[in-house]
Amino acid sequence: MTTLNINGRQVSVTGPDDAPLLWVIRDEVGLKGTKFGCGIGQCGACTVHMDGQAVRSCITPLKAVAGKSITTIEGLDPKGAHPLQTAWVDVQVPQCGYCQSGQIMQAAALLKAKPHPSDADINAGMNGNLCRCMAYVRIKAAIKLAASRAKEVHA
Amino acid sequence: MTFQARNLETATLSRRSFLIAATSAGVALGFAAEDAAAAAGAPAGFEPTVWYDIGRDGVVTVNVIRAELGQHVGTAVARIVADELEADWSKVRIKTVDSDPKWGLMVTGGSWSVWQSYPIYSQAGAAGRMALIEEGAKLLKAAPGDCIARDGAVHAGKASVSYGEIVTRGSLSRKLTPEELAKLPMKPAAERRLIGKATHARDIPGKTNGQGLYGLDAQVPGMVYARPKIPPTRYDSVVTAIDDAAAKAVPGYQQSIALTDPSGTVPGWVVVLADSFVAANKAADLVKVTWKVGPAAQISEADLQRRAVEVMADPKAGGLVVEDPGVDQAFAAAKSKVEATYTTSTALHFQMEPVNALAFEKDGVFEIHTGNQWQSLVLPWLAKALDRPETSIVMRSYLLGGGFGRRLNGDYAVGAALASKAIGKPVKLVFTRADDSRFDSPRSPSVQTVRMAFGDGGRVTAMEHTAAAGWPTLAMAPFFMPKGTNGVAYDPFSISGADHWYTVGAQRVRAVNNDLANTTFRPGWLRSVGPGWTNWALESFMDEAAHAAGTDPLAFRLKLLDAAGRNAGSGPTAVGGAKRQAAVLSRVAAKAGWGKPLPKNTGMGLATTFGQERDMPTWVACAARVRVDPTTGVVKVERLDLVVDCGTVVHPDGALSQMQGASLWGMSLALFEGTTFKDGQVRDTNLGAYTPLRMADVPDLDIEFMPSTEPPVGLGEPATTVVGPAIGNAIFNAVGARVRDLPIRPAAVLKAMKA
Repeated sequence: MTTLNINGRQVSVTGPDDAPLLWVIRDEVGLKGTKFGCGIGQCGACTVHMDGQAVRSCITPLKAVAGKSITTIEGLDPKGAHPLQTAWVDVQVPQCGYCQSGQIMQAAALLKAKPHPSDADINAGMNGNLCRCMAYVRIKAAIKLAASRAKEVHA
Repeated sequence: MTFQARNLETATLSRRSFLIAATSAGVALGFAAEDAAAAAGAPAGFEPTVWYDIGRDGVVTVNVIRAELGQHVGTAVARIVADELEADWSKVRIKTVDSDPKWGLMVTGGSWSVWQSYPIYSQAGAAGRMALIEEGAKLLKAAPGDCIARDGAVHAGKASVSYGEIVTRGSLSRKLTPEELAKLPMKPAAERRLIGKATHARDIPGKTNGQGLYGLDAQVPGMVYARPKIPPTRYDSVVTAIDDAAAKAVPGYQQSIALTDPSGTVPGWVVVLADSFVAANKAADLVKVTWKVGPAAQISEADLQRRAVEVMADPKAGGLVVEDPGVDQAFAAAKSKVEATYTTSTALHFQMEPVNALAFEKDGVFEIHTGNQWQSLVLPWLAKALDRPETSIVMRSYLLGGGFGRRLNGDYAVGAALASKAIGKPVKLVFTRADDSRFDSPRSPSVQTVRMAFGDGGRVTAMEHTAAAGWPTLAMAPFFMPKGTNGVAYDPFSISGADHWYTVGAQRVRAVNNDLANTTFRPGWLRSVGPGWTNWALESFMDEAAHAAGTDPLAFRLKLLDAAGRNAGSGPTAVGGAKRQAAVLSRVAAKAGWGKPLPKNTGMGLATTFGQERDMPTWVACAARVRVDPTTGVVKVERLDLVVDCGTVVHPDGALSQMQGASLWGMSLALFEGTTFKDGQVRDTNLGAYTPLRMADVPDLDIEFMPSTEPPVGLGEPATTVVGPAIGNAIFNAVGARVRDLPIRPAAVLKAMKA
């Protein structure tokens, strides 16, 4: 039995220590927004935040999560209206959408570290997230839109 | 060529009556199941195949039979109905339906959805509009001719009555004969209020907040998780022993079973069952299965390509798709000839969501919960595998985490269904990425030879294009195969593109099956299918032929795109023919600055195609600008310009999105993807080894749509067909290296530079 702090909730799970966090989130906690793509940490579909850092939940064992705070796409914003989610809709980013939870979680971590990323920053931050539909042009545009809106707010 | 099976739905519906009938909640509108039932006119006979309904609250619900795999198809289809219906878009709902025989052919592929749906759903919308105007006029005590329909209401001067009210108070029941339906006035393009106008796709919000449900997310209480053990070969592996001693130490492991499959879809399969996927996954790694394997276990990519060359060498082999008189005579009399051979490697679908399915029997019905593109294809396999009638099997629809043709082949559902039947419990079968790659129906490797004959004054007098590859349609849907002029059936999707719109004198196009490919693996339909390789050959060759003729490749193509004879095109969807192809090519060349000097080691290349099939041409052209590193052979794509003419654009932003994705797919397949067979299996099964394009690889990308009011054609795939050869031609123009193998590896560029 492990206790997880996920999206601000304490949840008890029974998965073994080496169970990938991804499957615990999906099948034990029942939050299906985090997706399975490659299982080796190279596609980014399973990206969640651990203490605010983007991690690949498919290669994060349950034992590494004890005492940490996990945020999934469902917990990014209580209304699903995080600036990136709003920008994702405004730019009409998703095609099949399967990778987008991971893209948004990765982008959220990027913007936290670099609120006004350059193109090179976005490429570096997002290159580990595969979009098989290849909606990359829009992913980049939406990140910039979200960043520019944040700038307006603070200006 | 014709695709009779493909057009069955449209053809059948055009012979059916259209019914509007009262229901408990409002009115339903659709095509009668058959004329006998329509003649009876009884509501009991109302089993419509395409329909929507209007509730008393005025809400219009459009049933969509197409799978949502990233193309926002529900939005496009619903807007076709809603535009003719003059519905209030905010009151239109989209319902993606489960499989049911009443829907007829259920398939999402070939870029056909909008093209096929447009005439049917337009008529359906118009029929509703006419009935609503007639009944609304009565309620408004006005003449129907003085009424208009707009924004979900019928208006007569300043008075109006909403559709909801008409449904509640009016008597909308109607029966239109096929002739009456055909005569309904369709709105002129200038009157379109939704088609061609900007809108947000309805499926997108759920794809940004984790709420959208994909096949992998399907669950029922008490389900058992399973992971397959993929046999060493696709077809001829037989399980001889299962040793699960080590797996028994995994908590939650249940058992491993060898499946018996009367349908032959998943031969040699073992499924490892457990309480959770974590346990099933771990146990599957520990279960040792021994198989008796056949000769396919020895086959390599080189063996496959050698066999392709071998089968092509027999001039009698294969189906003749085009066979004009005088081809051989023209080549014999030619002043000069050009010939080249092109190859492509095996490529994987690598859709983001590995295939999976949940299966269980409930109340006498076997339910399959999974994302799928061709329910009508897999249902007969499931029926045979489960030994029960198709009518007692239903496929529940989910979002697809990528399709690209992989999920046209629903073989993964058969494994889940058989496992569930075997243990009498719901089974959730999940493939790992490597399982998915090994069980993929990859794009077959191909070998093609193209040659052209020139007569006096450099006039093109003949052309021959022969392509050999594994045939997906032979493997999975042989009933879809037309016969060539020589009576030999061929896979149309393996050769489309070679039957091009250039006027080249006497033309021969021959499709040859690589039988070794079809026995070694299960060839798949991968985004654009054959045009992904035929155009690699054709459009690379057109540049080679132009250079041989001492002509500019743009001028060479434009001269041959003269819209003469069969290339004039005809209605409804090929109106204008080669003239429209010439137009997109001219436009892209002008935009990209074709002919202007470029820096050293930088080059521009052109290519143009008609997308996929002659009877659904999507005219597309690309100019690629690349920079080649002459010391490493690494190709950097700096810019892609594309111009497309797809007729009417129904959902402009969705259309742009398809073009963006498909063009980058074309680039990815040209430079970054590709695998090889080794010992009967694909060698690269996960990222790291298989490397699709990433964000940092994206070039400047500019896409332009030609304005048009012609009927819409397909957009999901065409752009994939044109980018590869444009890049190949650009490499030649940059550094003089002619590459003829896809994907283009740096070593091949270096080698060609020295050639």
